Amino acid sequence: MADRKLKTRPGIASNKAKVRKPPPSAATVPSSDTPPRYNLSSGRNIIPRETIIGQALSTVIIIMAFLACLTVGAVSIINQTASAWQSDISREVTIQIRPFDDVEMDNAVRQASRLVLTFDGIAKITALDAAGSARLLEPWLGSGLDLDELPVPRLLTVSTRPGANPDFAAIRSALEENVPGASLDDHRVWTDRLNAMAWTMVAIGLGVLGLVLVATVLTVIFATRGAMVGNRSIVEVLHFVGADGRFIAREFERHFLVLALRGSLIGGVASTLVFVILGLWAQFNQATPEADQLSALFGNFVVNWMGYAGIAAVVITIAILAAGTSRLTVMKQVGDLERYRRRTPE
Amino acid sequence: MIKFENVGLRYGVGPEVLSDLTFDIAPKSFQFLTGPSGAGKTSLLRLMLLALKPTRGLVKVFGKEASQIRRSQMPAIRRKVGVVFQDFRLLDHLTTYENVALPLLVRGKEEAQYRSDVTELLKWVGLGDRMHVLPPVLSGGEKQRAAIARALIDQPAVLLADEPTGNVDPPLARRLLRLFIELHRSGTSVVIATHDLVLMDQFDARRLVLNEGRLQIYG
Repeated sequence: MADRKLKTRPGIASNKAKVRKPPPSAATVPSSDTPPRYNLSSGRNIIPRETIIGQALSTVIIIMAFLACLTVGAVSIINQTASAWQSDISREVTIQIRPFDDVEMDNAVRQASRLVLTFDGIAKITALDAAGSARLLEPWLGSGLDLDELPVPRLLTVSTRPGANPDFAAIRSALEENVPGASLDDHRVWTDRLNAMAWTMVAIGLGVLGLVLVATVLTVIFATRGAMVGNRSIVEVLHFVGADGRFIAREFERHFLVLALRGSLIGGVASTLVFVILGLWAQFNQATPEADQLSALFGNFVVNWMGYAGIAAVVITIAILAAGTSRLTVMKQVGDLERYRRRTPE
Repeated sequence: MIKFENVGLRYGVGPEVLSDLTFDIAPKSFQFLTGPSGAGKTSLLRLMLLALKPTRGLVKVFGKEASQIRRSQMPAIRRKVGVVFQDFRLLDHLTTYENVALPLLVRGKEEAQYRSDVTELLKWVGLGDRMHVLPPVLSGGEKQRAAIARALIDQPAVLLADEPTGNVDPPLARRLLRLFIELHRSGTSVVIATHDLVLMDQFDARRLVLNEGRLQIYG
């Protein structure tokens, strides 16, 4: 039967016209700019999925994504708490009036209040009375204190209007000129320290995030190389039947994109759950000392929308990084295979 | 089509395994490459396939000097060369049909365009009823035929076959030889590396004989 068919042109001869054609030209071979489609009717992958996706790599990506998202959320909480602290501190300044021999303190307090209220942006002034000052000093000097016998300074709390930016330098110099013994503390030292601390925490967070992303990239590079070594025979066959680097790279890239997207989604969701649970815990334990301490440090422990946007960005970044890294790694390795060079015998 | 001038090959610092090879593979030609085991037939095929760079000499493929071909041009060159490997190199997780269709798949062709060609070729090489099985369940001869079908499916300009009839019985070897001859007649240059003197006696073709790294050409 074979011989009979041979006479009528075997197998490939069903497209006789094609056989007589010259070798494929640029017009018949798809342009290198248009990615070829490569769907197997059986639904199998040309590079078997199980040879690429290891459980260990999947777990590593989940852990990396979890850590990266935790970092982003923590940075967001620190940032918003520091901003809240700064805002609270900036809304109030303190005037201190030290006792002078010939100065009647109540007059000095009234004079300072009137003077400060003439400036723009001042909402109200609260003077700490003698009883208040005594309560303030009680932990150090004990109860039943007679402040008239001691040279205790008087304190005035000046509240500023929201969004206003009073000229504290002018207030300070006006007080020093007109009220003997008066000085103004705008908490700049604390604000600067808070700023420095907040930026340090944010920088550390970004550093950790960077390290996690670098570690993810390196993990994917090693995993891709491992997968390529494991699939070397398949890559070589694809190479010899005319597949270009991009075709082969797409096969790996697709796997790593799915793997990384799944891993980073799991990590992102896990970290979000951690923040939600901590937020709920803080909410339900508002009156307890532990919650108060946490609240003092971290505000209300809620990640704002920017924090969640950051977590989403990390999830997408890890997926893109993993896919891009695997693609570049495969392209480099296939490029090496394409290179016309001396080799050792097989 | 393929031209070698004073080509020599050595691996590392060892002796030359191929020396002063000067020959060409003309368009629409047919030749057997023969010689004792270890004579360097597979190395010579790899040199022709540009999978290996010689230590010295000049190799030209399709009019271009091999060392001047850019990496980006390599896939296009390779698509003009069909290869039958001695160890078949079928992908074990793909069916026979998918293995044979692989060269067309990587060229971006749709299955509807090639389904009938692949099916017909598989039937002709006697694998019509083994189309949808995986290579591990094929016999050596069936794997051989599948590997040949994969090399032929896109009708390459040059076919390089390394012991293509090494695992098949004489009647099938004759049938496969006829397939190669038919391919040659349709315009493909064919190089068959073989030990099989009986096979070579069945078709009067040029013989490239490798012996101790040197090449003699008959015919």
